[in-house]
Amino acid sequence: MQLALFNFLSPAFGMLLQAASNGRFAVAWEKAQHPDLSKFLIIGALLFIIGVAGVLTRRNIIVIFMSIELILNAANLNFIAMSRYLQDTGNVNAVAGQIFAVFVIVVAAAEAAIGLGIVIALYRNKETIWVDEIDILKW
Amino acid sequence: MYRYIWLVPLLPLAGAAINGLLGRKLRFSEKLIGGIAVGSIALAFLITVAAVYSYAFGGNAMWPQTYVTSQDGAFSFTWIPGGAVRMTQGVTGRAFIEPHGERQAQQAQRLNGEDGQPINAAGIPVGEGSVLNVEWSYQLDALSSIFMLIVTGVGLCIFVFATGYMHGDTGFYRFFAYMGLFMFSMLVLVMGSNFLMMFVGWEGVGLCSYLLIGYYFDRQEAANASRKAFITNRVGDFGFALAIFGVIATFGTTQYTNVFGQAASYPLERLGHWGLLSWIALGLFIGACGKSAQLPLHVWLPDAMAGPTPVSALIHAATMVTAGLYMVTRTNVIFQHSQTMMMVVALVGAATALFAATIGITQNDIKKVLAYSTVSQLGFMFMACGVGAFAIGIFHVMTHAFFKALMFLGAGSVIHGMHHEQDMRRMGNLRKYMPYTYLTFLAGWLAICGIIPFSGFWSKDEILWNAASTRYIPVGWIVWIVGTIAATCTAFYMTRLVAMTFWGKEKFLREQAGGEADEAHASAFDKGLTQHDAKFESAGDRPRHEPGEHVGPTGSAAHGAADHGHGVHIPHESPASMWVPLAVLAVLATVGGFVGISTAFTGGKHIGGRMNIVNFLDPIIWNPTTHNFGKEEMLDSAGKPVEGEVRARAEVLPPGTEAKEVASPYGDEGFNLAHVAESRLHSETLTEWLFIVISLLVAGIGIGLGYLFYVKDTRLPDIWAARLRPLYQASYNKYWVDEFFGWAVTRRVMDAARGVFAFDSKVVDGAVNGSAWLTRLSSRITGGTDQYFVDGVVNAVAAFVARLMSPLFRAAQTGFAQNYALVMVLGLVVAVALFFGADIARAVKSVFALIL
Repeated sequence: MQLALFNFLSPAFGMLLQAASNGRFAVAWEKAQHPDLSKFLIIGALLFIIGVAGVLTRRNIIVIFMSIELILNAANLNFIAMSRYLQDTGNVNAVAGQIFAVFVIVVAAAEAAIGLGIVIALYRNKETIWVDEIDILKW
Repeated sequence: MYRYIWLVPLLPLAGAAINGLLGRKLRFSEKLIGGIAVGSIALAFLITVAAVYSYAFGGNAMWPQTYVTSQDGAFSFTWIPGGAVRMTQGVTGRAFIEPHGERQAQQAQRLNGEDGQPINAAGIPVGEGSVLNVEWSYQLDALSSIFMLIVTGVGLCIFVFATGYMHGDTGFYRFFAYMGLFMFSMLVLVMGSNFLMMFVGWEGVGLCSYLLIGYYFDRQEAANASRKAFITNRVGDFGFALAIFGVIATFGTTQYTNVFGQAASYPLERLGHWGLLSWIALGLFIGACGKSAQLPLHVWLPDAMAGPTPVSALIHAATMVTAGLYMVTRTNVIFQHSQTMMMVVALVGAATALFAATIGITQNDIKKVLAYSTVSQLGFMFMACGVGAFAIGIFHVMTHAFFKALMFLGAGSVIHGMHHEQDMRRMGNLRKYMPYTYLTFLAGWLAICGIIPFSGFWSKDEILWNAASTRYIPVGWIVWIVGTIAATCTAFYMTRLVAMTFWGKEKFLREQAGGEADEAHASAFDKGLTQHDAKFESAGDRPRHEPGEHVGPTGSAAHGAADHGHGVHIPHESPASMWVPLAVLAVLATVGGFVGISTAFTGGKHIGGRMNIVNFLDPIIWNPTTHNFGKEEMLDSAGKPVEGEVRARAEVLPPGTEAKEVASPYGDEGFNLAHVAESRLHSETLTEWLFIVISLLVAGIGIGLGYLFYVKDTRLPDIWAARLRPLYQASYNKYWVDEFFGWAVTRRVMDAARGVFAFDSKVVDGAVNGSAWLTRLSSRITGGTDQYFVDGVVNAVAAFVARLMSPLFRAAQTGFAQNYALVMVLGLVVAVALFFGADIARAVKSVFALIL
């Protein structure tokens, strides 16, 4: 639990630490209101790492799916952040990242539908959803 | 009118196509088939008559010029376009060619060299390429006019006759299809305007001859005879083809008008001088020998009698066999350039005339006698050509076409009336039963014997006179003696034929006969096996029997009146469709000779203007003395000399010189019988009369001997046959020429074939099989090596590797999805580390620096 809380809070602490290092709270607050790109990227990276860790460590296939969702959303966050950043810098085609995010959401939905169907089929045949009990990929 | 001559060959072709393609499918009746065939020929004949009349005698007649259908666009097309040909032959000199234009100047500079460019006698550059365009167009001149008239006119008579003769034959449509095709080919042969068209017709008539000889193809004898004819003709055709190649290589064209114009300017080749034109003439003459059955290629013609009798009449007597004469006369420019070849032609003709006439004396098959008679008469024609009297040769072709077609059709009528009996020993006194056939046959008999005023007399006498008085070759007197003896034999064997067939006792009453006669049948008859029970084959063809088959009496009921062709039967006269053509031909055989009436009767001149065949043919005969076409003065329709021709002759001949007085064109004359006689008698006319009397005398002797032997005292033939046994045997067995060819050619060819087969089966096959054996051996060795050594090594290495490595790789494949995902992530980490490791380290370092 503590570890989980740390996970949640650590980006905020990171931000605060960075801001504090500049020495001016108002500027830090301002920056918290309008965080720059690197913060989103860091959060996206953290989300990605959490997702990968979930995929690799959890045995329940449902949780693995959820972790995959995390990975996808980490990518989405990157897209959105980049889109915003490019908008700020005046790039004309900045909306492409947002469109891409929409596509990723659609793909994720479709993937979830198919994946859950596979899970049901698996369960019917194997009566388990623990991935360490499923080794038929070998064949 | 002569613009329409292209229709003449086309009509028989159309008739043949209709009969041949539809006759069987639509089950045409005999009347329809006969109508189509005879109608097409009749129409062609009418067109021919109209065309020849308008060409020679009409208002603006073209004679003596040559008319080619391409010259006024009446009918022609390019048959073989734009072949490049290299004129390699015939260099007679060198000349500097005047260049026209820059390109020619370069060529001329290259070609002229120091000596000038090689040219032929006509002044045409040799050695350079020429363009050979062969066109399909028809030529109408004096020679082709006469041949067209003979082919269509005599052909019409024979077609009408054949509708009666072939009545009831199952192959009626086939017969007339072949006949029509033959007419087409023959007309192409004589009407073509170039050598290649002549060759097409030449091969076409050969093919039709083959088809018609083998018309009764279910009879072994007919099938063999057709093959024999075809193969023998190939020998001649080979020579002809070589001659055509020679013509193309020398003159660069095949068109007659062009070739002969060039050839006329070549130098004469004296006796023993084998120049270019001699070789071409030799090739042509070999072709003529094959087609016109001259020694030694005559063997096919007597056997060709296995075909139906109208075929024998049309093809093997009247028209096709005269194709050789047509060709020699057509190319008389080339022949007359070579004295050697003139002599060869004359001697071969004379030898053939005597040779075949002596064989004709002893043959018993009526058609065989006529066949050898044909060979003999063809020899006479070649004799005429060889001594330079080409027009007389063609004259004899014409009269011979009349009387020989007449006699063949008469023989056909006899065979028909006698129910397919051909052996003259079983005939006799047929004049009682077949009066029309007898009377018409008499005209033919008198004509071929040479009795004045029948047609054969005029032509044969002219041939002998020309042989005796020739200035072309030094051996004219030999030719004359041989020809005179042959004429005697001719009169003898024809009298024998008439006597055995139409006179004497009615032998068929005594002897039963049937089936088709052949030598086997005749020998059975001689042995006293008089009765004959030939098996009746109801295959729709004639009754027949096999050689060597047992002949003996069978039940008398089988020999009833209805039994066709067997037992005693009474001959009957043939139907009108058969004797009317006979009558027409008899009239022609009687009066046909008056178009070439002898100069002795008319005061030394060929009278009648163009109506005289010698005058008519004059424009196409080249004169080696004057180097011009035309020997006599050219006469216009009113009989007056044509102006230009007189001047041309006057330039060449010294004034006051008669054409007759000119010395031999080749210089050396040798012994000349007529001149010797003339110097004794001091009169040319008297000399000619002397020879006429001699020729009449020998004809009379021949007829008298025949009468003595076969009417007066019928024991004489046997007595004299026994007395002259070796000669009789030689003649009866045709001088063993067939046996000789069988031994010298057929056996040797078969030996060679056997040798080649042995070589093939032993050496060639041995080499092939040996190499196959070697291949198999080597493949077995390499296969073993591969199987046991290479595969073994490969398998051993592979097994070793598999043993060693498989646990490692097997362990990696756990089947758990997460393991694979872990590997992917590790891979990602590695990739990132590789690409961005330095950046990350720097970033981490800076963060730590910030924090600490």
